[in-house]
Amino acid sequence: MTAVADDCCVTPAPRFGTRKAVLIVAALAAAGLAAVIVFALLSGDAGVVTNFRARLAAPSLFHPFGTDALGRDMLARTLKGLALSFRVGLFAATASTVIALVLALVAAGGPRWADAIVAYLVDMTMGLPHLVLLILISFAFGGGANAVIIAVALTHWPRLTRILRAEILQLRQAEYVTISRNFGKSPLHIARHHFAPHLIPQMLVGLVLMFPHAILHEAGLTFLGFGIEPTTPAIGVLLSESLRYLTAGKWWLGLFPGLALLIAVLAFDAIGNGLRTLTDPRGSQS
Amino acid sequence: MLEARDISFRYGPRDPLVVQGFDLAIGPGEVVGLAGPSGRGKSTIGRLLARHLRPTAGAVTVNGAQPPARGFNPVQFLSQTPIFAANPRWTVGRIVGEAWTPDADTVHGLGVRPAWFDRFPHELSGGELQRITILRALAPGLRYLIADEITSMLDPLAQAEIWKALLGLVKQRAIGLLAISHDAHLLGRVADRVVTV
Amino acid sequence: MTLLSVDRLTVAFRRYSGLIDRVDIDCLADLTLDVARGEMVALFGASGAGKSLFAHAVLGLLPPNAVVNGSIRFEGERLDASRIAHLRGRRIALVPQSLSHLDPLATVGRQIGWAAKRVGRKGFTREDAVAALNRFGLDELFLESYPHTLSGGMARRVMLAIASVGDPDLVIADEPTNGLDPVNAEKVFGFLRGFADDGKGVVVISHDLAAAVASADRVAVLRDGALVATEQAATFMRNGGEGLTPYARALWRALPQHEFRA
Repeated sequence: MTAVADDCCVTPAPRFGTRKAVLIVAALAAAGLAAVIVFALLSGDAGVVTNFRARLAAPSLFHPFGTDALGRDMLARTLKGLALSFRVGLFAATASTVIALVLALVAAGGPRWADAIVAYLVDMTMGLPHLVLLILISFAFGGGANAVIIAVALTHWPRLTRILRAEILQLRQAEYVTISRNFGKSPLHIARHHFAPHLIPQMLVGLVLMFPHAILHEAGLTFLGFGIEPTTPAIGVLLSESLRYLTAGKWWLGLFPGLALLIAVLAFDAIGNGLRTLTDPRGSQS
Repeated sequence: MLEARDISFRYGPRDPLVVQGFDLAIGPGEVVGLAGPSGRGKSTIGRLLARHLRPTAGAVTVNGAQPPARGFNPVQFLSQTPIFAANPRWTVGRIVGEAWTPDADTVHGLGVRPAWFDRFPHELSGGELQRITILRALAPGLRYLIADEITSMLDPLAQAEIWKALLGLVKQRAIGLLAISHDAHLLGRVADRVVTV
Repeated sequence: MTLLSVDRLTVAFRRYSGLIDRVDIDCLADLTLDVARGEMVALFGASGAGKSLFAHAVLGLLPPNAVVNGSIRFEGERLDASRIAHLRGRRIALVPQSLSHLDPLATVGRQIGWAAKRVGRKGFTREDAVAALNRFGLDELFLESYPHTLSGGMARRVMLAIASVGDPDLVIADEPTNGLDPVNAEKVFGFLRGFADDGKGVVVISHDLAAAVASADRVAVLRDGALVATEQAATFMRNGGEGLTPYARALWRALPQHEFRA
């Protein structure tokens, strides 16, 4: 609360520009993530080639993250694992967003019973323990990257469905939409020009904020052995392998991939929050 | 002729009737006032006439027929709060353009400045934005206009200006106008006859 | 003695223009206004002229991105955030703009009771609550009513009753007749006049110039956030507003009951 006070120029202490900070962090995060993807695309065989003369080497200038039991560079493996995680995250989050949009449209635009069914599905999915559901679905689809994508996609839509449903209901009631209809505008016109510009930013934010969850769950599933094949350099695989050498003091095998995962998740969260700040009209204040 | 024959309205099957057996006829070029205390369904009647709401019973007709379900409705509605009638993400120019491309005379007649077209709705004052929603409604297909307390939030100067411009335009184009207000003095000024609910 | 003294009050809002630039937008500029005991001052202006900001500034209810300059004094004492919080509801009462300020889940009787508790009135009985309602033309039966069953006019009277419970010295009413028909609006203005006649200070924020002139002692005219005139109400009634500042006079003459000319 601003103090209503003294005669002259009581301006509240200039607050740190929250919005500016959020935007800078988001931009840095996006740049970092882009660098990971670029590396994974250009690195070729790095991290796959074995080198038995440099097995389990501690971090050095040449191998900043060290090497594993087969002498493979852990930096390359971590970055490749992250890139794979992004790919899984992208597909899963996109699929989940599409599911959320379709269900929200059905719930908000369809008959009352359809709304009830969607509400039931949302409550049920949110009520079940996430990890159990993930394991069951991934197992049912036979494991591997595709199964992980399906499992994550099928479990992450409820929150966004709720948000989009509420938005659509609000838009349908909007006076300017009624007026547009009364001008003889088609449902398609209204969807394109009134609904979409409002919903697309919401969806984008939802999608980006789903990313970190998708990546974490991918790693979790893989770590537990229900996800990606152990031959692929996924973060979950690296972490799982590192356990075997942890007691032998090979700390770098677990620390760097884990840290990279943590940073990537935080980076996506920062981007999502940045996008939300930009698109939320209420965010335009302070 | 815009006619409401024995129209009734309730929001849900168990809700009470907000409008009960209401009749009204407005001829082309006629300005009818709708008066009455708050809570008697004046706004609901306006929205029923302009098809923002569908009557539970009875019918609204234009020249004896129900207006086609698709296409520009010859009956348009103007509300007390123009800000809700404008998409907040659109420029004013696009908002007007959704209905028609107004000619310079109409723009000028309503006191609308072309510079407003590049702005967003929240960047105009209530009076300026109300002129914009009036301009938008005055598309060529318009035959009847429902004006629900359109100047009750404005200062008396803006009120007088807007009504002078609007009355000139509707008389010139033989548009029928329903002016809803609980200001008896205002209706006395603008309406040819006043109906009370 | 002056009860409320507002000196060069400026309220600005800090907004973003574009991505990162911040600008302060003045919404109320250099407003100076005094209110004495027994006086009813109407603050008139069109929507968006900044009227409600005045009420919110005096009551310390502005949003966090508001930047306030100038001084507000109550009985000569400068109002700061903690002082306002202490006076609000006790010595300064707000009659809010809409029905949504009432708790939809509590009866009118309970809400009056809460108001009494908030202001620290000891031994507040049912009879006291009934008396508060009676004062505004509502009978005992309303104690058991829930807000959604009230019409706009009744709700306004309930809010007046709630505001009166603390026996405040200053009553600020924000658009108390919005959405009311003329009969009910006149009654509400009459009740507010009653506060002033009892020796309290009253500020009524309104865009109904005719009603404001009819019951207030003075009318302050706001235009685009600036006070353009402070007139004695009686001046409006003399000779079609002769002696008023040009803008106030133009407003007065533009009313439909006068010349309806812009």
